[in-house]
Amino acid sequence: MSSQLRAQIVKELLSTLRDPRSRFILIGPPMLQLFVFSYAATLDVRNVDIAVLDLDRGAAALELVQQVENADFVDRLERVSSLAQLGDRIDRQQALVGLHIASGFSRDAVAGRPAKVQMLLDGRRANTAQIAASYLAGIARQLSVEIMDDGAPQTVMPQTVMPQTVVRHWFNPNLTYSWFIVPSLSGILAMFISLLVTALSIARERELGTFDQLLVSPATSFEIIVAKTVPALMVGSLLALLMVAAGVFVFGIPFTGSLGLLVASLLLFILSIVGLGLMLSAVCQTQQQAILGTFSIGIPLILISGFATPVENMPSVLQALAELSPLKHYLVIVQGSFLKALPPSEVFANAWPMAVIAAVTLSMAVIFVQRRLQ
Amino acid sequence: MDTAVEIRGLVKRFDDLEALASINADVLVGTLTGLVGPDGAGKTTLMRIMAALMAPTEGTVQLAGFDVVRDADHIHVVTGYMPQRFGLYEDLSVLENLELYASLRGLRGGERSATFDRLLAFTRLGPFTRRLAGQLSGGMKQKLGLACALMARPRVLLLDEPSVGVDPVSRQDLWRMVGELTEEGMAVVWSTAYLDEAERCDSVLLLDGGQLLFDGPPRDLTGRLVGRSLRVSGLGDNRREFLATALDHAAVCDGVIQGSGVRLVLAEEGGTSAVLAEEGGTSADVSAGETNRVAVEKLCAAHGAQLVTVEPRFEDAFIDLLGGGPEGRSAIAERFGDVALDGDVAVSCRDLSKHFGTFVATDKVSFDVQRGEIFGLLGPNGAGKSTTFKMLCGLLKPTSGDAQVVGVDLRTAANTAKLRLGYMAQKFSLYGLLSVRQNLEFFSGVYGLSGANRRQRIQEMIETFGLERFLDASPDLLPLGFKQRLALACALMHRPPVLFLDEPTSGVDPITRREFWTHINGLVRRGVTVLVTTHFMDEAEYCDRVALMYQARLIALDSPDALKASAASTEHPEPTMEQAFITLVEAQLVEAQLAEVQLAATQATPPGVAA
Repeated sequence: MSSQLRAQIVKELLSTLRDPRSRFILIGPPMLQLFVFSYAATLDVRNVDIAVLDLDRGAAALELVQQVENADFVDRLERVSSLAQLGDRIDRQQALVGLHIASGFSRDAVAGRPAKVQMLLDGRRANTAQIAASYLAGIARQLSVEIMDDGAPQTVMPQTVMPQTVVRHWFNPNLTYSWFIVPSLSGILAMFISLLVTALSIARERELGTFDQLLVSPATSFEIIVAKTVPALMVGSLLALLMVAAGVFVFGIPFTGSLGLLVASLLLFILSIVGLGLMLSAVCQTQQQAILGTFSIGIPLILISGFATPVENMPSVLQALAELSPLKHYLVIVQGSFLKALPPSEVFANAWPMAVIAAVTLSMAVIFVQRRLQ
Repeated sequence: MDTAVEIRGLVKRFDDLEALASINADVLVGTLTGLVGPDGAGKTTLMRIMAALMAPTEGTVQLAGFDVVRDADHIHVVTGYMPQRFGLYEDLSVLENLELYASLRGLRGGERSATFDRLLAFTRLGPFTRRLAGQLSGGMKQKLGLACALMARPRVLLLDEPSVGVDPVSRQDLWRMVGELTEEGMAVVWSTAYLDEAERCDSVLLLDGGQLLFDGPPRDLTGRLVGRSLRVSGLGDNRREFLATALDHAAVCDGVIQGSGVRLVLAEEGGTSAVLAEEGGTSADVSAGETNRVAVEKLCAAHGAQLVTVEPRFEDAFIDLLGGGPEGRSAIAERFGDVALDGDVAVSCRDLSKHFGTFVATDKVSFDVQRGEIFGLLGPNGAGKSTTFKMLCGLLKPTSGDAQVVGVDLRTAANTAKLRLGYMAQKFSLYGLLSVRQNLEFFSGVYGLSGANRRQRIQEMIETFGLERFLDASPDLLPLGFKQRLALACALMHRPPVLFLDEPTSGVDPITRREFWTHINGLVRRGVTVLVTTHFMDEAEYCDRVALMYQARLIALDSPDALKASAASTEHPEPTMEQAFITLVEAQLVEAQLAEVQLAATQATPPGVAA
């Protein structure tokens, strides 16, 4: 390595890591976010408040209300005495779901006629309410089977004997949400930090005037980019690995894939992000622009990656675009390495696009630095 | 005379830093008081306390009878304050800015239009009322700022560095306006880092490092030096060598290059320098019973030079007050070794132009810089010198024309060509996140030094510039003088034969400026070529040749003496560099203003209305 390049790498490492506070800021808050998000961002519905208006007061209605009251996802069940009260509870967000059991419910149930319950959902919290509704439907279905078993003869009610579907979730049998979110977050948070570190690096030098100093020196654009790649690659990879370790040892997520392949893919992933960050940094005049740029690139990368919504559900244009997001490829690898022992062929299928993206973005960054002259 | 501002025992501390140390002073009604001192002397702090924008730590300040702490609201009514960057709204026109400030001051109806007429006539901004403030020149912006500050007919006008970024011609205009205001009985405080401006004030408060060094008419201070300011001429090409020798002489307290000659200030008879001489070292310089004058006369005779007594300047007095300038030898230049460069032309440009959109920053500039000379690019802020400079060292792409350094275009040349270039930027661009030692290591490494050679050069720089104390500190925390030394050390590490210096002394006190020029003079004697930009008119005197830039164009190129001689008139038989500049610009300015007035007149006619 030439002394010029070595001097530059040392300078970049010192600029990023010399100050203990900035070292902490690069590692501390992202780790904290991992834990906070893992517990907070969950699609499981818990602690639901329910209001019940039971005008039937028969045995079947009582059974239904009791089963709902004792369900895991229900926090509080309030019995109200009028339809107006039921509406009021939902209005004031004291209940997410209102159950209205009309009189005649038990009679219909015992007689084997379709017994109906009205469910009122809070549309302001549509997602949670939908999920809670499906849980409630499950309870009702279960109850109808029980009533049929020890109640009316089956021959009378053929129409209520519906085929029972039992869903079994492979790889994550209990559907533990953190098993899905922790590996994804390790990629997302490492991406944001690498993007920010690199996006700021040239912009900061430009703002302080040291970039001019660098440009009049014999340092080449290639050396400048190589030197600026090193600290971000170190910080980003270390952070991602720490999070993977937290996934295994703290969250107890089974790691079934190959660690070696994951590390190799991780390096490619961070390199492609570093290239993006440096491209951005080369065109920004100030650090403020660089920070805004980081968000306007980072957020779409996440939205399109398949983390929040499956890529398969997107319009075909966006699906094509998603292939350009390094995060999309890395998420496939990291999620697969954790839960489903992703075979090397699949790792490779997702690694080469990242290698191409890294090669393109880093070359573009070199060209952008060369073309910085107005 | 009435007192407008009364300052008693004023102290201002920021944490541990004492920005102002027990200041006692008065500002009188109807006078122009200069608040003079180098950057960081405490001028702005004192201004802000007087404007009731900051509270003193100790002591009191009374302004027009109101206490700045208790009666802050009254202070804002009776003062007009123009900060360094006046709050003009760049997207509003001149008239809209005036209307905004009039509304803030509660001026309405007939009173408002009368005030506008008066202020527009006073500032001569009448033809430009429709122009956006952002499109005004630096000087016109300051005049508009002044007009806004004068809106409420203040009794005390506080102007914080009003002449920064203003070309010499507009500066004249500002002085005229301030003169009229003081005649009307207003008390005006004008703060400035330019020591030559002090001589034009009725009274001066000289600040340095928070201390009030002098309070009184500037003549009282320069009067102490009568007979001690000398000019030595007839030195030919030896003036830098002579200056170095003279500065080391015990009889000399201060000296600078002035065009083809040297300006010296004699040490006070029986003063500190003479005492020093007795203690040894240079005792041989001044024989017993010999006055300093006689000693210097002998020195001149030895060099075949002539000596004349000249009028003392305020800056001479300032340096004398601080106990004299630095010594004349540059340790770094002595270790530098002679520089060999092929060819006689170190830097050249032909028809160099740069356009930013419709704005022309540099317009067809051509010149050659000879090997081993100090070449100055001189002009007010915005004249295009920085743009030209950046194109020369390959940081900006010319719109047309070409620029070469040592025969190559730095934009396209191999990177090894850049080894021959040393560069020191306006803001002393050092890495604040790295320590002083790490900065030295980085710059030596990036210029390809390694091993023992690298360690030796770093050690050399540390010793020469006295950086030991600061090795582990961040450059951001260094005193300005040391920051400048470190920047120079980093630029010289690879011993470049060509040195580019962009405003190297802006914001630096006169002592540090002298030390800096001692190094530069020493390097030039080793054959180094120096290209320097500056907006200090007097600094042009250090150069062998000066290119004067004004409004993107090169308006004159010659030696400082020749430029001054060309501007000599019966009114100014011996013009200063600034007067020479004004004379040279005026001819061009008449044309330009004529064009502007015509343009403004056509803009003022609404479209579609037949003339």
